[in-house]
Amino acid sequence: MNPHKSNGAKKERIGVYVCHCGSNIAGIVDVEEVSRWAGEVLADWGVVVSRDYKFMCSSLGQELIEKDIQELDLTRVVVGACSPHLHEATFRTACANGGLNPYLCEMVSLREQVSWVHTDKEAATEKAKALLAGGVARVAFHEPLDAMSVPINEATLVVGGGIAGIQAALEIADSGFPVYLVEREPSIGGHMAQFDKTFPTLDCSACILTPKMVSVGSHPNITLLTWSEVEKVDGYVGNFTATVRKRARYINIEDCTGCGICEEKCPKKVIDDVFEAGLGYRKAVYRPFPQAVPKYPVIDTENCTYFQKGKCKACEILCPTGAINFEQEDELVELKVGNIILATGYDLFDARRITQYGYGRLANVFTSLEFERLSNAAGPTDGEIVMRDGKSVPQAVGIIHCVGSRDKNYNNYCSVICCMQSLKFAHLVEERTGAEVYNFYIDMRTAFKDYDEFYQRVLHEGVHFIRGRVAEVTDAARLPGEEGKLIIQVEDTFMGEQRRIPVDMVILSAGLEPRSDSTEVAHKFGISCSHNGWFIEKHPKLDPVATMTEGIFIAGCAQGPKDIPASVAQGAAAAARVLGRIQQKELALEPVRASVIAEKCSGCRICNDLCPFNAIGFDEEQQISEINPALCQGCGTCVAACPSGAITGTQFSDRQVKAQLEGLLAFATMSSEPVAA
Amino acid sequence: MGVTATRARAPTFFEEVLAETPGGSANLEMCIQCGTCGGSCPSAADMEHTPRRLFAMIEAGEREKVLRSNTPWYCVSCYYCMVRCPQEVHITDIMYSLKRMAVREGHYRESSAASVPGFSETFMDMVENYGRSFELGLATRYHLRHHPLGAMKMATGMGLDLLRRGRMDLTPRRIKRIGELKAILAKAKELGGEEG
Amino acid sequence: MKQYGYYPGCSLERNASAYDKSTRAIAPALGLTFNEIDDWNCCGATEYISLEKLPAYALVGRNLALAAEQADNGHQLVAPCSACFLNLRKADRYLRDSPVMARQINEALAAGGLHYEPGSIKVRHLLEIIVDDIGYEAVAEQVQAPLTGLRVAPYYGCLIVRPAFDGQFDDMEYPTTLDRLMSTLGAQVVDYPVKAHCCGGHMTQISEPTALELIRRLLKSAADYEADVITTLCPMCQLNLDAYQDAVNAYFGTDYQIPVLYFTQLMGLAFGLSPEEVGIGQELVDARPALAHIGAVEEEAPAARRRPSRKKEEGLPMPVMPEEKTR
Repeated sequence: MNPHKSNGAKKERIGVYVCHCGSNIAGIVDVEEVSRWAGEVLADWGVVVSRDYKFMCSSLGQELIEKDIQELDLTRVVVGACSPHLHEATFRTACANGGLNPYLCEMVSLREQVSWVHTDKEAATEKAKALLAGGVARVAFHEPLDAMSVPINEATLVVGGGIAGIQAALEIADSGFPVYLVEREPSIGGHMAQFDKTFPTLDCSACILTPKMVSVGSHPNITLLTWSEVEKVDGYVGNFTATVRKRARYINIEDCTGCGICEEKCPKKVIDDVFEAGLGYRKAVYRPFPQAVPKYPVIDTENCTYFQKGKCKACEILCPTGAINFEQEDELVELKVGNIILATGYDLFDARRITQYGYGRLANVFTSLEFERLSNAAGPTDGEIVMRDGKSVPQAVGIIHCVGSRDKNYNNYCSVICCMQSLKFAHLVEERTGAEVYNFYIDMRTAFKDYDEFYQRVLHEGVHFIRGRVAEVTDAARLPGEEGKLIIQVEDTFMGEQRRIPVDMVILSAGLEPRSDSTEVAHKFGISCSHNGWFIEKHPKLDPVATMTEGIFIAGCAQGPKDIPASVAQGAAAAARVLGRIQQKELALEPVRASVIAEKCSGCRICNDLCPFNAIGFDEEQQISEINPALCQGCGTCVAACPSGAITGTQFSDRQVKAQLEGLLAFATMSSEPVAA
Repeated sequence: MGVTATRARAPTFFEEVLAETPGGSANLEMCIQCGTCGGSCPSAADMEHTPRRLFAMIEAGEREKVLRSNTPWYCVSCYYCMVRCPQEVHITDIMYSLKRMAVREGHYRESSAASVPGFSETFMDMVENYGRSFELGLATRYHLRHHPLGAMKMATGMGLDLLRRGRMDLTPRRIKRIGELKAILAKAKELGGEEG
Repeated sequence: MKQYGYYPGCSLERNASAYDKSTRAIAPALGLTFNEIDDWNCCGATEYISLEKLPAYALVGRNLALAAEQADNGHQLVAPCSACFLNLRKADRYLRDSPVMARQINEALAAGGLHYEPGSIKVRHLLEIIVDDIGYEAVAEQVQAPLTGLRVAPYYGCLIVRPAFDGQFDDMEYPTTLDRLMSTLGAQVVDYPVKAHCCGGHMTQISEPTALELIRRLLKSAADYEADVITTLCPMCQLNLDAYQDAVNAYFGTDYQIPVLYFTQLMGLAFGLSPEEVGIGQELVDARPALAHIGAVEEEAPAARRRPSRKKEEGLPMPVMPEEKTR
């Protein structure tokens, strides 16, 4: 049975190439037999040459294809090898080099779909033949296609003003292109602005961060939108339109000099649970910290006496330039950009969930961010490391690693930075208070440059290290000497004994988690989150800053927990990718996409909401749906869903899919005895 | 466990312990030796080996040392270890498995907890004969057998107090259908024996 | 009236008969009907499972099978004893998780003419149904003699809160349901940090010094927080804390005199029942001096041992806990 004959196609000249992939495929599939079979049995279907080769992806393998195209006038190519994810581009390029349109090449996966998932060699070989038959049947119906070009807008949107976003913005802006940096807090700086010192150099965090913040604030190419959030994103790579809500600060920034009198005189004090991690206070009109960029404060209407009760107005009365404007409204702006970098950072694990560590119940248990604020000279205690009463200096401090990390009860992953952070805390506590310091850990993860040396340094400073995951922090004294203390109960696994260590203060190195709204944000930008909630990169090893959506990049902790050097590197990497696109001025897009056959479309709009890439719009005048070819990724969802069959896909037309099925089914009725030539 | 043996062989001690433990996978292969169990255990101070160390010994195949240790017998079944374990190892259930294996193979006799199973055995004698527990019978028989001096102390102290306050039966209570229960238990023992 | 299957367990028959008596005494006021399972057998405590696997599950299985076939229960089985509660729900859960073992257990049950379909009985603890099904408000309505001034240390023990075999009743480390129930009765609830620590179970028979240390820790904390009474929900906990208090004092040279009462006894007193009606008098450490505090008995209340109260200190703000339950 020849599916081509029944479909009335003209006979193509098809070359079949079966790859051994070393022993990856050949170890299970009899590749020589498959190749011989294709050449003999499928000759009827148009196969004029069939070869097997050890490594088709090698230069020599590719040259086989190129030569055959030229010498044998091939019109179609089928390669049975690994998954298209890996080498589809390789074989398409080989075809192009040989003079054949690259989309006339079909790849059949004999590795991921056959040799890597089956152990029965005979059955696997038969399956390989079947899949190949499907591929040969289908490829006759491929059409030559040309990649589509879209122009690239040279402006870039960076979402998130932490260190990764700041780095990305500066790199692009320094290269001479415009950047919009959107940040939801009143100032840029992110979590790094909260820290006291950074490991392993013990650089003051603000000292190394603020020069970059100032550069961002004064850069001619950067438009800074703080106290703002992206509400909607439309468009496609090279041509995005982002709608950003600039929330009302209730301050006229043209008049504000940043003198700070409003903040000083505001009578309403509230707990600052963002920047001060709940350990300190701010006013209802406030700047999060003194070096804030921009310098303009914001009014927190939920706590402002004027907005809640209609009284006060002290800030308006006392402002020397009359910059307070209670009538100010949110502003919606539309930004047209070519590429977007998401650098939205992390949230801290909620340590209240681990009841046995007593955070929230026992006064002197602190989280890592709370401790950073304690230790920071600009913090609520002016940098004095004291207990919750605000004055006592601890004599003994316990630092617990892996809080909410590496734990199937909370987060299964390692948060990467906590061991180094805990060592840093140990050093700071020891240096500033002279207290006895105990670190409790499962493993010491100090992998990068100068990190293990830092561990050595802290060992040398006399910090006690107990290898054991803390079981409980309690104030229930059991023995004399424990009264009035916090007791850390742990198995010292190196000694093999349970110990109770009385301390005055406990610091929990809480893990890093994705932002609580990461799923909504991902959806807004058309990318995906992993099951843990981190943004998914295009490839975990080889492409950590790109996403599956063209034009959207990710950087920093939004992609997964990492330290500052890695965040900076990713910010720069994302910027480099964007700059590369901008330089090219236009981008070639894969022509594999869906299109609506206008005459068949009934205007039911079922496809509109199904598209995971928001690529389908509706033409109100003509009352038909239309697919934006640049946004469409060719996933096929709409093709399958359309009740009228009005949507077709290049590379996935009904005819092609049917032919592939007929090829598979034809194999099932074929005998596998070689057909006499 | 996700491991498939490539050739048939006798199970290792580790595999035996896993097979003995009911309730889905006991997850012992996931142990990272963090010590949360040893740190949580209320009676760890009196154990020869903390639970964590015992698991290292099981992983190392130290069958006799493990089955001779007093650790499982000092487990109070508080379940702190099991609920806090970051790798979801079913620790308490494993302790029960080790007790059963120690009794089956007689190893407990060399442990410092040698008299301990006697308590459970005496308890079960009562239940198998009456269907309900019988504390006075349990206390007298167990203590006379294993701690005769202790028995004297109990008889004059707490035991009398409990009797006086009406908190101890002088005679056992028996369920109506004790025959039914005996048949069930006998069948269960037979099926358990088949497992090996 | 809410109907439940009732599994008293061996302890409630004699050793903890005060628990059984007080439970039945408060049931009418709460609209509860307890249908005791006919001819139930011992759950095996922590003993049988240390010796045999299948027989231990078959022993519990018989009770589940009987509960399933005796109607009028709403397929719910209430156990006041935490150890019985654990054994019943663990058996049901593991039988659900392991079809092989379920088949074997049913084969054994068949030898006695019984059968149990795993999952057909929902096992509840007595505290659980009072708190979840009846509710604090309904309990508050029945309070006629609030326990004002009585400092109560609520002691949960282990097995009611751990492990979570079928949904989570209360926090496994720092539960608050019993605290809130005691507040509802008008008592002054002590913030008892070791409230879910282990009493030692049967360790008193295995290694007395180990057991006495575990009991000492519980008594010490209650004394440190100046509790007038410890309230429990498990006969084993009550026995250990109460009957062994003298032994603890003798061994450690302490002088604890803290009565240990079942929460249902306190509920009964708060509902206006007499001490006799709720089984007061069975405890070895006399509860009468504590009850004198609230006028439940005609006796002079002893002088209270009170530490000077700590002033609330100014300082750095504390994190806000998700549900600030009123105490």
